[in-house]
Amino acid sequence: MTVNRRTFLGGTAALTATAAFLPTVTLAGDTIKLGSILDTSGVFDAYGKPMDMAMRLAVSEINAAGGLLGKQVEVKAYDTQSDMALYSQYGQQLTRQDEVDVVHGGILSASREAIRQTMRKTNTPYFYNVLYEGGVCDRNIFINGVTPAQQVEALVPYAMGKSGKKVYVLAADYNYGQIMARWIEKFVKENGGEIVGLDFFPLDVADFGSTIAKIQTAAPDLVIAPLVGGAHLSFFRQWAAAGMKDRIPLASTTMGVGNEHKVLTPEEGNGIMVAYNYSQELDTPANNAFKERWAAAYGDSNSIHELAVSNYQGVLTWAEGVRQAGSLDREALFTALESGLSIDGPAGKVTVDPKTHHAILDVHLMEIENQGMKVIETLPQRQPVDTQSVCDLSANPDDNTQYEIDI
Amino acid sequence: MDLGFVILVEMFYAVASLILISAGLAVVFGMMKVINLAHGEFMMMGGYATITAVNLGINVFVAMLIIAPLIVGLIGLVVERLVIRHLYGRLVDTMLATWGLSLVFIGLVTMIFGNTTTGISTPIKGFTVGSYQVNGYNFFIILVVIAVLLLMLAVLKGTRAGLIARGTMQRSDMANALGYSPDRIYMATFFCGSALSGLAGAVLAPLVGLVPTSGGAYIAKAFITVIAGGPSLVTGLFASGTFFGALSQFFTFAISPVIGEVALLIGAVFLLRLLPQGITSKFFKGKL
Repeated sequence: MTVNRRTFLGGTAALTATAAFLPTVTLAGDTIKLGSILDTSGVFDAYGKPMDMAMRLAVSEINAAGGLLGKQVEVKAYDTQSDMALYSQYGQQLTRQDEVDVVHGGILSASREAIRQTMRKTNTPYFYNVLYEGGVCDRNIFINGVTPAQQVEALVPYAMGKSGKKVYVLAADYNYGQIMARWIEKFVKENGGEIVGLDFFPLDVADFGSTIAKIQTAAPDLVIAPLVGGAHLSFFRQWAAAGMKDRIPLASTTMGVGNEHKVLTPEEGNGIMVAYNYSQELDTPANNAFKERWAAAYGDSNSIHELAVSNYQGVLTWAEGVRQAGSLDREALFTALESGLSIDGPAGKVTVDPKTHHAILDVHLMEIENQGMKVIETLPQRQPVDTQSVCDLSANPDDNTQYEIDI
Repeated sequence: MDLGFVILVEMFYAVASLILISAGLAVVFGMMKVINLAHGEFMMMGGYATITAVNLGINVFVAMLIIAPLIVGLIGLVVERLVIRHLYGRLVDTMLATWGLSLVFIGLVTMIFGNTTTGISTPIKGFTVGSYQVNGYNFFIILVVIAVLLLMLAVLKGTRAGLIARGTMQRSDMANALGYSPDRIYMATFFCGSALSGLAGAVLAPLVGLVPTSGGAYIAKAFITVIAGGPSLVTGLFASGTFFGALSQFFTFAISPVIGEVALLIGAVFLLRLLPQGITSKFFKGKL
């Protein structure tokens, strides 16, 4: 090999720059790079911060056990500051500049859609570890959050059984809320009910006074609220302040995934019905051990929530896939993950569904009680049937759509 | 009938909350011509002051009405001495400086309280009107706003201090020649403006989930209300608050909350096209 002046200078300059700015960087090939992209500041940080902690806990446990394929896992994390525009920027940076081996992250559905195509184009395996509205059919993405068929299908009949047939829906105004509202309508109708009102709220709306008056005009038996973020938390507070809490029961598909129930007082939160994969109150050996490890790493285990556990399980799933594939090669990894691979996480067994790249997992019907989530009923190993009905990646591996539900 | 009453209460409440979030800005921007982009953060700090005080066992009304305005007023005082006083009369520079301040405050509050949602419950129970439940706290906010407006009017119109302050804002050189220190007067006025912002944040705290970035939600509405109000401080505040509050609530009830917000913004555009100097440049001229 010949070294001319230009390559020599270029190489030296690059080395110097690298050494100056990244003193701890190791040469390529020595580590496996895990990219993480989460809102760890701003209005969605209640979701993102514990997710980040969970990801780091999972990676440190993997590394403590000897790493993957004999290599240590190195985290490349970016904070998107609850700003959707930063997702596309950092998504590009992770894939093109840092050339990470896998990306975990994205919280709001808007942020997932902002980076999904970048991941696909650059062939970077992408894990979206958040409960969401379902329907994403893309072989490059793996999703282990609960979908409407796993969550709403169970929650709606339970909540309607405890209240009545007339339902009012309050949803966040972006793709998650819009699609969730349609799912809720579908399941309410299937259970013989009707939607008497439907309102959408931009994410920064914090004043629900007029909405509460409108709800009373419609006189529903039940209110279902897929509301998202810190500002929307005001609804639950104002609802209780107006004295509505004991008059009309509330159910939510998002309340508590960021530990919102710990911010509300027991008087404000008690009785709200939810359905998720995880609850801190799950009394299983796996969860108790997880809480102890978390407390050992971060002081106490109060910050663990649904999305954090999803993210933890997402990293475990990826790691197990790499182990079984025995390589970082994308095709080998996907083949391993599509072999019906499953892991045992804090919230129980999680299996990758080969057809949809979604997850088969346990769902718990719960009620908020004294700032905790009391498990009412456990529905074991639910399939993501909503996405399965429209998506088959083994038959159609090039699919790249988010299917939306028609009513 | 009951519904009419409920809508009326919500209408009054919407007007009151607009006036409340704009009162501090009306003093700082309307009177002193300081574009205070940290206004929302002053409110946010008022909210945190209240929540902290309540958690320390202090009565919630004392915390909201006395402690929070005092603390935020004092923070305002420090800010005025260190930053703002060098920038009087430099409109664009105050904008840049206070924007920086808002970032500093968000950062500081995040460091102290963490970037998580906090809050307290409302201290007043809801009550029943016919078949409807109404948030009792709405009435408290309406009362606070009436008190704030009357107090502002009384101080500015009825006291010598108010007269001196108004005179200084119009011609500080003349006030200086007459033996008053504009420096002191500006300082005191900024203190009052910050305290009002703190009060607003404090009174609204029980209704919202508070995060360090909460201030951003108020800033646009506050500026719209103050600018559309025009030159008269209290009358302008009242007039534009009533106009925008009623407009947005009408569309909120008629269509949806989103359309209500849109109506407010479109209303502001039309209003400023027709009355570029604000409502009180044409109506209620010469009033305070």
